[in-house]
Amino acid sequence: MSRFLAFLRKEFYHIFRDPRTLIILFGIPIAQLMLFGYVMTNEVRNVKVAIVDNSKDDLSKRLSQKLLSSGFFQLAAIPTSESDYESLFRSGKVKEIVVFEPDFAKNLMKEGKANIQVIADASEPNAAQLIVNYTTAIVNNFTKAEFMKDQTPPGINIKVRMLFNENMRDAYNFIPGLIAVILMLISAMMTAITIAREKEMGTMEILLASPLKPIQIILGKVVPYMILSIVSALVVLALGMLVFKVPVIGSFALLLAEILLYIFLALSLGILISTFVDSQLTAMAISGFVLMLPSILLSGFIFPIKNMPIALQIVANLMPPRWFIEINRTVMLKGGGLNEIWPNTLVLMVMSALFIFISIRKFKIRLQ
Amino acid sequence: MIEVKDIHKQYGDVVALEKVSLSVKKGELFGLIGPDGAGKTSLMRILMSLLLPDGGSATMNGLDVVTDYKKVRLITGYMPGRFSLYPDLTVEENLKFFATVFGTTIQENYHLIKDIYQQIEPFKTRRAGKLSGGMKQKLALSCALIHKPEILILDEPTTGVDAVSRKEFWEMLKRLKEMEITILVSTPYMDEASMCDRIALIQQGNLMSVATPQAMTKAFSEDLWVVRTKKIYPTTKHLGQLPSLVSVNSFGQVLHLVTPKGMHNIGSITQFLSKNDENEISVEPAEATIEDVFILLMNNRNSKP
Repeated sequence: MSRFLAFLRKEFYHIFRDPRTLIILFGIPIAQLMLFGYVMTNEVRNVKVAIVDNSKDDLSKRLSQKLLSSGFFQLAAIPTSESDYESLFRSGKVKEIVVFEPDFAKNLMKEGKANIQVIADASEPNAAQLIVNYTTAIVNNFTKAEFMKDQTPPGINIKVRMLFNENMRDAYNFIPGLIAVILMLISAMMTAITIAREKEMGTMEILLASPLKPIQIILGKVVPYMILSIVSALVVLALGMLVFKVPVIGSFALLLAEILLYIFLALSLGILISTFVDSQLTAMAISGFVLMLPSILLSGFIFPIKNMPIALQIVANLMPPRWFIEINRTVMLKGGGLNEIWPNTLVLMVMSALFIFISIRKFKIRLQ
Repeated sequence: MIEVKDIHKQYGDVVALEKVSLSVKKGELFGLIGPDGAGKTSLMRILMSLLLPDGGSATMNGLDVVTDYKKVRLITGYMPGRFSLYPDLTVEENLKFFATVFGTTIQENYHLIKDIYQQIEPFKTRRAGKLSGGMKQKLALSCALIHKPEILILDEPTTGVDAVSRKEFWEMLKRLKEMEITILVSTPYMDEASMCDRIALIQQGNLMSVATPQAMTKAFSEDLWVVRTKKIYPTTKHLGQLPSLVSVNSFGQVLHLVTPKGMHNIGSITQFLSKNDENEISVEPAEATIEDVFILLMNNRNSKP
């Protein structure tokens, strides 16, 4: 045991003395998160809107005017029936539709509240959210200014509806996907590199000539990166929840357990790679091209799997992230439990067991 | 004690070791002398159980290197040809790591490495990668020794090390020998052979000769002459025409001329050279060095069909 601990201590020295390792472990995840999160966001200026005024009273006209004169919005269409909404969005003519209910001013005066429906095009989720926020702010300002003197100012109730994507799932989808990709990157790549480094430096020769057992060497490499990957995953998860307001509707404990399983899978894949490469560069290239691209492109992270050709769908099924992203989305966004994700969990377990089995079989106790 | 019997090793078609047999006694400082690619590293890796031989057997203190490899690894200290410590760990961290891996502590076996480690101890907080070549070797030796091995295997420990450090290193090995540690050391430097109790000359996977350095030079079967000349190249060329010549090789600023026993004397050689208008040349008989022995054996082997 003390041998193993000495090995662990050595690994942590390596990690903390190599700034590159720390940058990969923590810098890349945060940078990717921010990139994916904010690149999708657009600036709000002259956003094309349609206004449906079913009331056509003085108040609704003034509010419409207020919206259009704010500089953020630009009137692009006046649809006559609800059936036009979808084609307006689809053709890209408008990004938002504001609908006043009939008897808007009357309801507001008599009952103290009236409804405005705001429909946004959620195919660009971050932009849609932003547009809705602006609209809400303008309406609220209008109400405040209009009914300043009233003791109990009436409220305009804004009902937001995201079209195409009613729950704005896409906005949240990238966090579960990103966790999968990042963990694959740092866990698999870092372990593959660190073992390849020992071979390249010639220190593997000394380790082999020592009484260290293969399992001690392998676990000594896995444990530090397991700990760091967990920390990294928690950082991404926390940022996603705090900065991008991604909810975790399902069980948090279940989510963590699945993340743990997935990290273990990625680490065993890294070890598997390291058993057949001898240099850090090859290890990096293999993890980069063989792992990164498919885990981004074929995992359902960006492109839905069901839209892929059958051949690619089969390949996609071999990608560990594909199964994990589904787990993540189910638990985080749909609040699903183990009874929904057990098949995916099983796939991840079988994959890990397979990788570890091959790694131990392939691990050489000698130099050839 | 190391026993090597008919060890054979080849990589594809290239034969690295051809039926090598060797015996190193307990507490002996044994040198494996030969140029790069002679098979020194292959033999050492087989003894360290890092390579499997294709034929033959070897034991280290009675333990078979193939079947008892785990025990072999416990009782041997190994220093590979390349510097193989962690450059990002400090001197002390490296030593501590290897001590713990072998289930011991620095304190427990400090007496073994004291002489060597004391020289690098002032730099114990320095990263190993920032040490000079000589200090790296001392650290590597300390790490190989820290678990009190019964056998020490050192693969070209002095390659790439300055002359002063090389001398110090051999003196350290002599002190270790007094502690009853069996040492097998390889080197491409022939001049280091005299520091060993016994040496084996190895060339192309074959042991050409095994003996004490003194016996080996004494058994030199031909006459050796040191020829000093100002024009090394033309003189070498002319000496190539000398009747019944064995070999002529340049050793730095002088030439070593080998002729069959009793065939020539100073006069006959000087006379031969003056025929070619060569003056300002001195010829004198000399004692053979290990390198002369090596070249002679190598030429004999090559001239055999």
